[in-house]
Amino acid sequence: MEHTDTAEPTRRDFLYIATGAVGVVGAGALAWPFIHQMNPDASALALASIEVDVSAVEVGQSITVTWRGKPVFIRQRTEEEIAEAAAVPLDDLPDQFARNANLEDGADASDVNRASTGKEAWLIMVGVCTHLGCVPLGQKTGDNKGEFGGWFCPCHGSHYDTAGRIRKGPAPENLLVPPYKFTTDDTVVIG
Amino acid sequence: MSGHSTYEPQSAPAKWLERRLPVLSLVHGSFVAFPTPKNLNYWWTFGGIAFFMLVTQLITGIVLVMHYTPNEALAFFSVEHIMRDVNYGWLIRYLHMNGASMFFIAVYIHIFRGMYYGSYKEPREIAWILGVLLFLLMMATAFMGYVLPWGQMSLWGATVITNLFSAIPIVGDSITTWLWGGFSVGNPTLNRFFSLHYLLPFVIVGVVILHIWAFHVAGNNNPVGVDPKSEKDTIPFHPYYTMKDLFAIIVFLIFFSWFAFYLPNYMGHPDNYIEANPMVTPAHIVPEWYFLPFYAILRAITFDIGPIPSKLGGVIAMFGAIAVLFVLPWLDTSKVRSARFRPVYKFFFWMFALTCVVLGWLGAMPAEQPYVALAQFFTALYFAHFLIVLPVLGLIETPRKVPDSINDAVLGKTGDAA
Repeated sequence: MEHTDTAEPTRRDFLYIATGAVGVVGAGALAWPFIHQMNPDASALALASIEVDVSAVEVGQSITVTWRGKPVFIRQRTEEEIAEAAAVPLDDLPDQFARNANLEDGADASDVNRASTGKEAWLIMVGVCTHLGCVPLGQKTGDNKGEFGGWFCPCHGSHYDTAGRIRKGPAPENLLVPPYKFTTDDTVVIG
Repeated sequence: MSGHSTYEPQSAPAKWLERRLPVLSLVHGSFVAFPTPKNLNYWWTFGGIAFFMLVTQLITGIVLVMHYTPNEALAFFSVEHIMRDVNYGWLIRYLHMNGASMFFIAVYIHIFRGMYYGSYKEPREIAWILGVLLFLLMMATAFMGYVLPWGQMSLWGATVITNLFSAIPIVGDSITTWLWGGFSVGNPTLNRFFSLHYLLPFVIVGVVILHIWAFHVAGNNNPVGVDPKSEKDTIPFHPYYTMKDLFAIIVFLIFFSWFAFYLPNYMGHPDNYIEANPMVTPAHIVPEWYFLPFYAILRAITFDIGPIPSKLGGVIAMFGAIAVLFVLPWLDTSKVRSARFRPVYKFFFWMFALTCVVLGWLGAMPAEQPYVALAQFFTALYFAHFLIVLPVLGLIETPRKVPDSINDAVLGKTGDAA
């Protein structure tokens, strides 16, 4: 294959580049199934929503349910817990955002925005520490609830308050509030 | 692998093979006649010991797979089945379990030997870089292997480590979900870890061959760090070093056996004999001992650094602690290889070794004061060794007189045969 010193691209140059381009697109198209196969499969996605009966949860009690393989904390808070969380100035919070999937993205981390809309006693959160994914303590009586009376992650020492907001420790965000809806007074659908 | 082979096939089959695939002369040149510095001490046997452990892990691992089930409902019980029902299953599993620790012990000694005697310096940089790559591959393999028994530490160790990737800005959560194959560590995670845990050791074997090839180009470094200059400086690898390595391997096997037979769970964690439960986190998550220094560095970054949040900062520091090893050949500005002739470096080397041990101890402590502050201090020392001490030392240190040749050093002609 002789190359001449011509500035004009030849038919061969065009074919060379076109073949290469098709090859790259083909390799990319072939690679995608091999990458995407590792993403959550149809059976994992099918478990995306659960219905929970909360009629047995009294004031001051918590239950833990499983949603998408993760624990979800459901707590009916006491008056004191609500008052304590509501009294915290927003400036004292390391994470200023509500992290509530039911609200707009920029909503602030006030107690009202963390709790269930219209049902401030109910706090529903994914029970996974936003640091490195451990399950915080605080669901059972006798658990270490941390310095702010909410939840405490034993792995790396993150303290959450009674609204599930990070107050101290390495976790960067408040405990996430999953998308959920009370379909009746006693039934909540998560996901 | 470059050899100075004078191999002449004798038998007819050997001649036949040699003409078609010169593998016999390759092996002869690399592992029989290979000219090796005659002053290698026992610290040099740990490369061979590490290779022996790699083979041990491959053999015991392949056997374990014949009895193991990689499914979240069955994995834990299949390991118990291996321990109780399979003929000699307990032995093979304990060898594999403790073999991982032994492999790391051998490799850590091998790495520190390379640091002490400057084996990473010109012209052995590629051998060193391949070695760091091997270390990374080993860590990935060991981490995924620890997940397979599907105990509490398996699950929660995997959760903590995979969550490290969620610290990456923007794409972090998607990457984590992709790694898990779900919304948390579960059956898809276990299956892919099993697949990769089987694959990576063979990748390690391949990189080991490149690693040996790379240092065989220049030949072994040696305790005085002076290249061989004449035939008086070297001896053939076989029988001198095959026998020395074999003896060291046997002594190491006694140490290994002591753990495998008398303290099989000493280096493990009792929580891993509780089946994985995604609803309950163990009170104190600790990685295997060989990850502890890096775990301490991860947890030491509890503060934001400018725009970098502490969580991402910890991840960067932990990976940085390994990444810095890749550029070690260029951070050390001294031309003198062996610490024997670098009195100041020798001091800092031992300080660095101590730093690593203390970080290992801190990695096993809970994340509270005073351990956090200590971890921050020793993390600073770790990086200072590479980024400040080594570059500066090469410029200001006055090395002692280096012997003219290995032969001179062995015969004590410099007055320093240490």
